[in-house]
Amino acid sequence: MSTPETPHPLDESAIERSVDAALAAFAAAGDLDELKAARLAHTGDKAPIVLANRQIGTLDKTEKAAAGKLLGGARGRIQKALAARTQVLEAEHAERILVEETVDVTAAGRRRPLGARHPLSVLQERVSDVFIAMGWEIAEGPEIESEWFNFDALNIAPDHPSREMQDTFFVEPPEAHLVLRTHTSPVQIRSLLSRELPVYVLCPGKTFRTDELDATHTPVFHQFEGIAVDKGLTMADLKGTLEHFARRMLGEEAAIRLRPAYFPFTEPSAELDVWHPEAKGGPRWIEWGGCGMINPAVLRAAGVDPEEYTGFAFGMGIERTLMFRNGVPDMRDMIEGDIRFSQHFGMEV
Amino acid sequence: MRIPLSWIREYTQFPAEGTAEDLMAELVKVGLEEEDVHRPTDALSGPIVVGEVLEKIPEPQSNGKTINWCQVRVVPEGSAQTLTHEGIDPSGVQGIVCGAHNFEVGDKVVVTLPGAVLPGDFRIAARKTYGHVSAGMIASVRELGIGEDHDGILVLSTLGLDPEIGADAMELLGLYDSAAEINVTPDRGYAFSLRGVAREYSHATGTQFIDPAEQITTDDAARPGLEVRLSDQAPIYGVEGCSRFSTRKVTGIDPQAPTPPWMASRLRLAGMRSISIAVDVSNYVMLELGQPNHCYDAAKLDGGIQVRRAAAGEKLITLDEKERSLHAEDLVIADARGAIGIAGVMGGARTEVDDTTTAVIVEAAHFDPISVSRSKRRHKLPSEASKRFERGVDPQLPPLAAQRVVDLLVELAGGTDAGEFTDAGTPVLPEPISLDPTLPEKLTGVAYTQEQIQQTLTAIGAEVTQSGEQLLVTPPSWRPDLSIPASLVEEIARLIGYDQIPSRLPVPPAGRGLTISQQRRRSVYAGLAAAGFTEVLSYPFYSEAANTLFGRAEETAEAMPMLRLANPIASQHPALRTTVLPGLLEAVRRNVSRGFTDLALFEAGLVFLPKTQLGSAAIPALGAYPGEDVLADLDAGIPEQPLHIAAVVSGAEPAELPGVAGRRRDWADAVDAAEKVADLLRVQLEVTQGRHQAFHPGRTAELRLNGVRVGYAGELHPKVIEDQDLPARTSVMELDLSALIAAAPEQVSAASISTFPPTTQDVSLIVAQTLPATTLESTLAEGAGALLEEIELFDVYSGEHIEEGKKSLAYGLRFRAEDRTLTAEEASEARAAAVALAVERHGAVQR
Repeated sequence: MSTPETPHPLDESAIERSVDAALAAFAAAGDLDELKAARLAHTGDKAPIVLANRQIGTLDKTEKAAAGKLLGGARGRIQKALAARTQVLEAEHAERILVEETVDVTAAGRRRPLGARHPLSVLQERVSDVFIAMGWEIAEGPEIESEWFNFDALNIAPDHPSREMQDTFFVEPPEAHLVLRTHTSPVQIRSLLSRELPVYVLCPGKTFRTDELDATHTPVFHQFEGIAVDKGLTMADLKGTLEHFARRMLGEEAAIRLRPAYFPFTEPSAELDVWHPEAKGGPRWIEWGGCGMINPAVLRAAGVDPEEYTGFAFGMGIERTLMFRNGVPDMRDMIEGDIRFSQHFGMEV
Repeated sequence: MRIPLSWIREYTQFPAEGTAEDLMAELVKVGLEEEDVHRPTDALSGPIVVGEVLEKIPEPQSNGKTINWCQVRVVPEGSAQTLTHEGIDPSGVQGIVCGAHNFEVGDKVVVTLPGAVLPGDFRIAARKTYGHVSAGMIASVRELGIGEDHDGILVLSTLGLDPEIGADAMELLGLYDSAAEINVTPDRGYAFSLRGVAREYSHATGTQFIDPAEQITTDDAARPGLEVRLSDQAPIYGVEGCSRFSTRKVTGIDPQAPTPPWMASRLRLAGMRSISIAVDVSNYVMLELGQPNHCYDAAKLDGGIQVRRAAAGEKLITLDEKERSLHAEDLVIADARGAIGIAGVMGGARTEVDDTTTAVIVEAAHFDPISVSRSKRRHKLPSEASKRFERGVDPQLPPLAAQRVVDLLVELAGGTDAGEFTDAGTPVLPEPISLDPTLPEKLTGVAYTQEQIQQTLTAIGAEVTQSGEQLLVTPPSWRPDLSIPASLVEEIARLIGYDQIPSRLPVPPAGRGLTISQQRRRSVYAGLAAAGFTEVLSYPFYSEAANTLFGRAEETAEAMPMLRLANPIASQHPALRTTVLPGLLEAVRRNVSRGFTDLALFEAGLVFLPKTQLGSAAIPALGAYPGEDVLADLDAGIPEQPLHIAAVVSGAEPAELPGVAGRRRDWADAVDAAEKVADLLRVQLEVTQGRHQAFHPGRTAELRLNGVRVGYAGELHPKVIEDQDLPARTSVMELDLSALIAAAPEQVSAASISTFPPTTQDVSLIVAQTLPATTLESTLAEGAGALLEEIELFDVYSGEHIEEGKKSLAYGLRFRAEDRTLTAEEASEARAAAVALAVERHGAVQR
């Protein structure tokens, strides 16, 4: 760009040309860099208008006023045009950056994958929550138990077949009378011994029997057992509780059925079947667990007067519940620790 | 228990057209659970008829065998063949090739005609063989699926049969009958008999029941017979081992007498093999009445019988030909020469009935369930007899059962009642129970009428009398399980139906929700899962070496204290876990083998640590409150079982992704996992340089809580990683979660939030390589004083420009005042004070 000559501060048409030149240069600037060059050329120290402005001092008083007015107006127009062009180019620039920053959002991947709870643990918590909502409490106890808590207190006589080594894990030496609990029932006895009556507790937890691992058996498994001891409890209360629970776990269409059975710790005793409306292969009755009215011998062992109090108890397997509720076909999936099994469930069950 | 349908029809109104499924559907209502159906016609179908061998021409073959080319008449002479299947000859005579030789012309045999199907989907058709068209088969018992004998074909005369030619052989052999198999609960021993199940069927349906025991007529008066002495020198729990022992004698038995097909068929459907007439009759009576009984060869008995406990060192060869060393607690039947049977379990070989026996002594006795059960377990000899005795047999049955055996041996084996009858002992009968007539409603919620209660109890065979307000109920002799009022209630509820019980939701007192500990655990597990860890649940059975390596920091020769199982599933894993890590590492290996190496796993579970007192020597009795002292002693013997949580990391995180380099997980992730647990619980862990035999010696953090060690975190020792086949740099942490939860605040108090702006300054100090960063951090924090809001380590450097044995640690300090905007001078002063204390305490030099 050739250096334009400096217009005389009173030369109106020359000043007008400078203004036009500046406006044309701004309009021609295609981006902020070009605009910056045009700005320096037309408003910088060497710009004709700026140089003309410097010459005002050499003029006389009346001329000064006229020249000031003339140049002031010219500079104002230039600044205004510059500001307008700047705004346009800045907006274009911002727009372009956003376009340039476009990514393929489907290529995001998972930065920090979520881990997972074990579905047996989550199901245990869900079961617990149903009972908590009914006003029950959750009780826990040791996994190595005294034989008395695991058997005798539950009216299981010393010669009962379940006390044989082929069913129960004994801690060495057997004379110490310690076993890995075969059910969570000892926690029921501990609850009766340690709590004020009435007692409504659910005892979920790990249990042990000497079964080899296969699709439907595992030596380490989980149960939840409930016990309620109060004045005036009957099998009707047992039925109502189990019915409510079945619906919370399996939907409003679920129903329960009791069949006569035998357990040393309950009398009368019943097998519990549940009508599973969402069962794989169609709705059907599924054996779920055992239940009954607590045998007076059990209440006495726990220091409760069976003349004054009655109670009911029930017990179900968590593995079995997970199998039919969530369609797990093989128990081995639950214990092998393959991350795919748990991660499929995530934090839910 | 398997119930042949033809048999139960004898005592009930079970309909002729009823199926095994129909029977089970009724029995399940009263608590006899369905198990299975046994129906020969599921695998067998006709035409299978009686034929007479008209002609039998032996034809030697080139392979050395001789076959018989037979003509067999399968329609009575003069009658027309009405069957029309391809290969069935209209003449009524079939040509059949037979490889067996144990028959003669004129014998009646079983012919499976073309169109018949035998077990194993064996389809009979006319086919060419040995130069003839063989149009059917002369069958053996094995081919018919009714026996094991396959030496020859079934000649019907050997069964004492001479049926019409062309008669339906399936009918003749009882093959149209079927059996329902039910599961009998251990309290109801009487249901291990047709008698018991038939009674239950009548309860389920309200129809008539004929008691087979009442059909037996016997003369109660003892007559001179075998001398029997009951002399239990060591009763178990004060109960005589044998309360009743009845014997009879039958002479003149034909040991070759065939077992009639109807009896063989019923035994077979009930799951028992036909052996000989004497054994079959004995089994038949046991199935019918539920009374186990035994036949001794009278000629082999030496003198009278004594029922006693075994003598020291006494031995017995049982029926299965095995020599048994008897235990002083075993109740035995003995003659003058010693034991001839273990009571209620198994008889001895010396007095066994065989194919020469013509005279038998019949025994029907009542033995103590516990004594039988212990002997059975001791000798691992579960038998049909022990199964019934263990669960309780009707003590009134012995003389009746013995009579029934005598009757059948007379009828079927040509025997003669020798007229002898010994009935030693006194039956122990159920005691009367006082029943409060309001108890059934109190336990079930059903308002049964007095009449319903009385009727039901009478129906099960009890005697009911009024005694003031109470009912006095004497259970029937076959129900020793009815011993408390509640057991009578179960009978009432069961017979009237559990479906009559209403439904009511009880209202407990207001609950307190989850305990603090339960809440905290949930939050820790959920927090770790949200941070990318996957929960696993492994078995607590380890080798002793795994427990010691991971459970104890110090490396010593002997195993750490631990508990072992007396009967582990796998002998190499006898120990109970003292640490959660080995199970978790097993899960790592399994995932790696399935192609997953980028892993973050955790497990929480109890570990088992011995205390000085291990268990309790004596166990208090059944059914009574043992008292506080005894309970305290039981509790004192229960091992410590704290809850541990462990985590393991390996591979990269996140897994390699486009545009993101996978960061290798390392020791710091393990420390971070432990800190996360502490953060989730709002407790402060102290991390210090530590040593643990399973860990990398330079990358082990000992974790403390209030000065007490609660765990370790860091990288596993490279040698352990190699030995255990783990991914390189596998890092782990384990914490005593019980201890952390115990220290966790029940509630969190708020911290004040200053709204004034912060001033940040950095400080970089050179200190000895051995000085832990956390120690320097504490010093700086202490020196900086109250204005310091946060201090964070952002760089660790050693190498060029840093003296050997030294390192440079750089921290960012953030200052803020509660009440004003800090000036730069104030912040610099605080920083200078922090540095001064570091210089003083650790000889730190500013970089």
